[in-house]
Amino acid sequence: MKQFIQGIVENNHQATPLLQMLRQIQSRFHYIPEEAIEQLSGLLNMPRTQIVSVIEFYSFFHLTPRGQYELLISDSITDHMLGKKDLLGYLENKLAVAVGKVRSDGLVSLNNTSCTGMCDQGPAGLVNGYALTHLDHSSIDKIAALINQQKPLSEWPSELFQVDDNIHKSGLLLNQQIEQGAALTAVLKRGIKETLAEIDTSGLRGRGGAGFKTAMKWQFCSEEQQTERYVVCNADEGEPGTFKDRVLLNSYADQVFEGMTVCATIIGAKQGFLYLRGEYLHLHDKLQNILQQRRRNGLLGINILDAGWSFDIEICLGAGAYICGEESALIESLEGKAGIPRNRPPYPVTQGYLGKPTVVNNVETFLAAAGIAVNGGNWFAGIGTEKSKGTKILSISGDCARPGIYEYPFGVTVQTILHDCGADDVLGVQVGGPSGMFISDQEFERKLAFEDLATGGSFIIFNTSRNILDMVHNFTHFFAHESCGFCTPCRVGTSLLQKQMDKIVDGHGSAGDVVVLEELCQLVKNYSHCGLGQTAANPILTTLERYPGLYQSRLKEISYEPGFDLDGALETARRMANRDDAGAHLAQIEVNEHE
Amino acid sequence: MSKTITIDGKTIPFEDGQTIMDAAMTADIYIPHLCHQPEFTPHGSCKLCTVNVNGRNCTACTFPAMDGQEVLSETQELIDDRKKITQMLFVEGNHFCMSCEKTGNCQLQAVAYHLNMLDNHFPLFYPDRKVDASHAEVMIDHNRCIFCTLCVRASQQTDGKNVFALSGRGIHKHLIVNAESGLLKDTDVDVNDQAVHVCPTGAILVKRTGYQVPIGERIYDHQQIDQVALASERPKHGK
Repeated sequence: MKQFIQGIVENNHQATPLLQMLRQIQSRFHYIPEEAIEQLSGLLNMPRTQIVSVIEFYSFFHLTPRGQYELLISDSITDHMLGKKDLLGYLENKLAVAVGKVRSDGLVSLNNTSCTGMCDQGPAGLVNGYALTHLDHSSIDKIAALINQQKPLSEWPSELFQVDDNIHKSGLLLNQQIEQGAALTAVLKRGIKETLAEIDTSGLRGRGGAGFKTAMKWQFCSEEQQTERYVVCNADEGEPGTFKDRVLLNSYADQVFEGMTVCATIIGAKQGFLYLRGEYLHLHDKLQNILQQRRRNGLLGINILDAGWSFDIEICLGAGAYICGEESALIESLEGKAGIPRNRPPYPVTQGYLGKPTVVNNVETFLAAAGIAVNGGNWFAGIGTEKSKGTKILSISGDCARPGIYEYPFGVTVQTILHDCGADDVLGVQVGGPSGMFISDQEFERKLAFEDLATGGSFIIFNTSRNILDMVHNFTHFFAHESCGFCTPCRVGTSLLQKQMDKIVDGHGSAGDVVVLEELCQLVKNYSHCGLGQTAANPILTTLERYPGLYQSRLKEISYEPGFDLDGALETARRMANRDDAGAHLAQIEVNEHE
Repeated sequence: MSKTITIDGKTIPFEDGQTIMDAAMTADIYIPHLCHQPEFTPHGSCKLCTVNVNGRNCTACTFPAMDGQEVLSETQELIDDRKKITQMLFVEGNHFCMSCEKTGNCQLQAVAYHLNMLDNHFPLFYPDRKVDASHAEVMIDHNRCIFCTLCVRASQQTDGKNVFALSGRGIHKHLIVNAESGLLKDTDVDVNDQAVHVCPTGAILVKRTGYQVPIGERIYDHQQIDQVALASERPKHGK
């Protein structure tokens, strides 16, 4: 092990390599052994506490051994809608391992994981980080056999790892594969300032959901005094129900890299990073090859296109943390730390990566920027609405005939989308993922646009056979699991929301419990440190607003029920007193004659 | 003319580089806080010092004062919500003031009194946390940790060490110490380190000193936390 870790450290030339080193160690040993922490601490001259805090922050790192085959099953609501619960039970049975455990022979471990970005081809999972799709009984039979025969992943049949693009509707961006280098040639011809002006004309706004004007962000960054600047592409699409970046990086990566390079010429950056979510490990080698090819073709590296531009891109893999989609948390993660959002101001454009001016944009934003560099601002601005120019690429999943990728001009109605993807009998749609909002069947005339329904691209459809509270329950648990724990309102509040939601969904809620729930939602929303906490209550708030009766109907006809299991709390006392008679038990509520 | 902000309608001056908290404390205005102490880099995590700045909620300890800001602090809504945030800290850990040796000297307890907190409001978590009594002179009662990172910052910024860190995510956040055994006795902590004395609750204690000052004669037994904080922290709120 000593040699292995020595090798990792010697072969790593990144400024802030800890996360990538831990990924390699986890992958090799299926946990981070104590010796590795000691050795890294010495070699990197870093307190061990810093290393441990990174390990314990990310879902894919462990201080205790996992199986040689680490099996994780996606816990997105869409996976549940495709029968995930039954599959998980089947897996437990087939592999003789319980969820959350390692089998006694150490060969396999099984657990849940947050949405893996395969909602159009679930139920999905990961084995040693590699994506598994379309899981069913027959593929699980195969997987169980392969594991029990201890076959290396390289010998597993490729159809288990088959990931399809599922592009069903292309528009401005997806229709046009620009030629490699075309955007940079256009910048060279038109001029850097003029290209920024075209991006300004295009009206392009950030595609992650917040919608900040791209040209303005780039301009601010370029005007900073510090001349060491960075470009970061946020490919940490962790919002459940979003998978468009997976497709863009699979089939349009060249153009995304080109967009990053255009940005680099405008802001004067020498180094860029693609922060790729750990769940997309399957794309890693392919993307490295494209970067290598771009270097060979003079489109990355020193003196790009003989124009004197120098810029290169490095890929950094995440390790299972939704919060790293928040730009300042992402930067912390790039720096090899736990992904805890920073205090703002200062914003990343003034103090980002290593404290230097940094542009962080979404994958789709860079894709659009490359297109605009080639075709000009009006090409983009001519489509969409007044306040939302251009098109939006949607990830559509849930109850519809054709889940997958759809590109629409902004301003498209929900109704049109539902028609196109073959959704009938629709109860409602979760727009923008759990952090977005649930809209009911009364609102299908609403438009996708920053001024109406803003979205990062997640679009999950629910038909009338679905139970809204199951969805809210799933989302609320998701946020509690993904809260970074930095601030009180989110750390404690998301867990309280989870408890309160469980209480109501499980039928233990009483008269005042919905009021308590709503009050808690407001607290978490108004006082949390970052976007995660500020939106964590949205699933409850947006459904409570539309279906108040649904929550009320789960409440009992009593005025109060304790928030904890009364009888369960007596267990220790019973054991100590060696009693188990009726007198040693308590009913959760007083039996009410009127009930 | 010097630059000014208003806090609850009162105009106060500030200097460039000051946060709203700095400006407020300098002007003798108390804003409740737990994770903030003027001698350390502001952290902004407890959220008790949340104020409303031109319509937006911000933490006073991290947000820069800017000319003309209208800050609201003592509104009924903010007072109520600060109380609820304090209640969150209480239910998250295991805080039993009546049996805690820090009672009367505890900032968490004192802030709760200041905010007129009379119950826990939220259901208790009853987490299973340990006590680290391994060190000869200093102990950690993890039941009382509120993750303010004051000990982490004091150790790094004043003591020039790295004894403490926060680890874990979400509700599983916990304090760790810099030793393979995970025990305080194996770290380079010293009883005279500032990190040992900065804890706002009873999570880090010096052994055998808990009852040297009798209950009834402790810091917050006769003074509210706002008076104490203004008197002791105000001089340190420079730039």
